[in-house]
Amino acid sequence: MLAFRRPQELANPLVFFVMAVSLFPLGVSPEKSFLAPAAAGVVWVASLLATLLSLDALFRADHEDGSLEQLTLAPQPLFILVLAKVFAHWLTTGLPLILLSPVLALMLHVDESLLGVLMLSLLVGTPVLSLIGAIGAALTVGLRVGGVLISLLVLPLYIPVLIFGTGMVQSAAAGMDYTATLAMLGAILALSLTLAPFAAAAALKISVSN
Amino acid sequence: MWEAFKQWFHRWGSPKWFYERSLVWSFWLGWGAMILLPIGIVWGLAFAPQDYQQGNSFRIIYLHVPAAILAQSCYMIMAVAGFVSLVWRMKMADVVLKCAAPIGASFCFLALFTGAVWGKPTWGTWWEWDARLTAMLILLFLYFGVIALEAAIEDKITAGRAAAVLSLVGVVNIPIIKYSVEWWRTLHQPATFKLTEKPDMPVEMWAPLLVMVIGVYCFFGYSLFLRSRNEIIERERRTLWVRELLAKEGKV
Repeated sequence: MLAFRRPQELANPLVFFVMAVSLFPLGVSPEKSFLAPAAAGVVWVASLLATLLSLDALFRADHEDGSLEQLTLAPQPLFILVLAKVFAHWLTTGLPLILLSPVLALMLHVDESLLGVLMLSLLVGTPVLSLIGAIGAALTVGLRVGGVLISLLVLPLYIPVLIFGTGMVQSAAAGMDYTATLAMLGAILALSLTLAPFAAAAALKISVSN
Repeated sequence: MWEAFKQWFHRWGSPKWFYERSLVWSFWLGWGAMILLPIGIVWGLAFAPQDYQQGNSFRIIYLHVPAAILAQSCYMIMAVAGFVSLVWRMKMADVVLKCAAPIGASFCFLALFTGAVWGKPTWGTWWEWDARLTAMLILLFLYFGVIALEAAIEDKITAGRAAAVLSLVGVVNIPIIKYSVEWWRTLHQPATFKLTEKPDMPVEMWAPLLVMVIGVYCFFGYSLFLRSRNEIIERERRTLWVRELLAKEGKV
């Protein structure tokens, strides 16, 4: 929970999130007819990018002061430690994003009845973002070019989450049953929860050995 | 039988053996591609019958389908190589993984491009955000990711293993591409070729396509061997056998 010692680093992705969302009404159109249907996608894309921004810091500080090497030598299996790191990352970025999203959604003229669905989709989706992102962060942790490379590695894997996350809100907006999409999103979460820590742990070992 | 396979497998894992044997393979594959591809193209573009709905524009299938098939199987090869590299730490698997990525990316781009050209006359649009197109685009991004990661890490062994992890993670996309046309209702038609069924086209139409697919695979094997040979020489340049080889050819 070291992150709390540097509140600015915690706040940065959130501020970015708010700014990125506010760019859309300014850049495209402030009309309700555009914003309301696009809002779910805008909030999702912005939270995806905000998560991306925060990923670089996930292992970097630990790598620089050498504690990452200690972690790989710890008696606990590495994937459990990775899982703990990812959970902490989600608590400090994913959760605040979820809490912030209804405010922004209201600013984008989203119907109040849909706020719950949007938050639910983010609640299931953002842990996936942190989990997959950990793989990218682990692969690039020792590299100088880290930041941009992470986006390149991770974004393609984020696309399915984005599709189902926004799809869920859209089908709810159309008055349809969204549980099927929710189930798909949950399946993605289950899959990445079980597999991503192993991949990230393997990647960390490779990066540390370099 | 198993022992023989194991021995064969391990021999190919040795860069020197690979370098020596791949010359013969790349020779035959290169000639296979040289013969099959022109036959397939001329047959498909000039002699195969017209489609009764799409007229001549369907002929781009002879480029589009082989490129798309290859783009996917190239990624599968990379994932298998990545698995081999992570489990058995074989040097050659890293080489194959690295050399296959740019080839796969080019074929993926070719498939998307020909698809766009084909989409304009038949669907009336260059691009449609349908499931298969999007999944192929993601595949292209995955290729870019592997290439970028390989380029970013200086140490070749680390780079190879990092790319192996990434390609194994990305393999989740392959079944999505494969079954996207069956799971979702999309514009893109279902698969043209299936291993288990007869294609529902007349022989005159699918025979040149089959020739093209085999030809493209030959070309892929040829360029993969060529690139790998190059990469081996570069990586092993400090070993005795490469120095002897270079000295023999008068390159040093």
